[in-house]
Amino acid sequence: MDNVVLALSGGVMIGISIILNMLFFGRITGISGITSGALIALKSKALHPNIWRFLFLLGLIVGAGLTHFLFALPLPNEPDRPVAVAIVAGLLVGIGTQLGNGCTSGHGVCGISRLSTRSLVATIIFTASAMITVFLNKLFLEYFL
Amino acid sequence: MNILINFLLGILFGAGLTISGMTDPENIIAFLDITGRWSPNLIFVMVGAISVTAIGYRIIFFRSQPILNTKFLLPPKKSIDRPLLMGAVIFGIGWGLNGLCPGPAIAGLFYLYENTVYFVISMLLGIIGYQLLKPKT
Repeated sequence: MDNVVLALSGGVMIGISIILNMLFFGRITGISGITSGALIALKSKALHPNIWRFLFLLGLIVGAGLTHFLFALPLPNEPDRPVAVAIVAGLLVGIGTQLGNGCTSGHGVCGISRLSTRSLVATIIFTASAMITVFLNKLFLEYFL
Repeated sequence: MNILINFLLGILFGAGLTISGMTDPENIIAFLDITGRWSPNLIFVMVGAISVTAIGYRIIFFRSQPILNTKFLLPPKKSIDRPLLMGAVIFGIGWGLNGLCPGPAIAGLFYLYENTVYFVISMLLGIIGYQLLKPKT
């Protein structure tokens, strides 16, 4: 039961950010959607109406930095997984979130909170898929390395 | 003004991810590792976020429109189709392989760890590639 209070408080902060985004701008807070919209805006050169996307994403990074600074939180350990794994995983996450219209924030938090069946189904499937992947990965590492 | 609010919302979201330990991929993998040293942390993050959001949305939707926009922009799709299912499976494999989903990955750029930087670049390429090659609807 380590850090239950921190996990809950962090979740509440994420929830407050999400409801304020709906209250002010009427928008779902899905990070994969905000990111893909930013990339599409770069390509279509319709930058001005999409500057908020870049600022929001920059805010994520600044928020992480500020939190470590203000609460003197230790930084997480550097992941020791090979870069090749990161590259393959990144591609899959990029393609999968576009195909499925959302990720942990858009489907997992916003969608489930709106009682969307699509989002509930997506969340159950990507969580199960990730759990199976971790399990197979462990098997593979045990038997082949 | 709008842009400043968005920046602050991003900071709040990023701070929430960080405080709850979600920017550390080991915590995510610990949650996904149901046959190992399973950690329920992510469930508490989701419970915190979903309870606030579900109640907040319910209250906000009494309004006819948002404060700084003309209407609520909600996803139109309702049906469960093949792209949704396939997308969720593919996303899940990537999530399980490296312990990062889009939010924590971008917030985690702060650490400038090689793994995270490569993951994010690759994720952006995946998004661009999909958007360029997807069938026109």
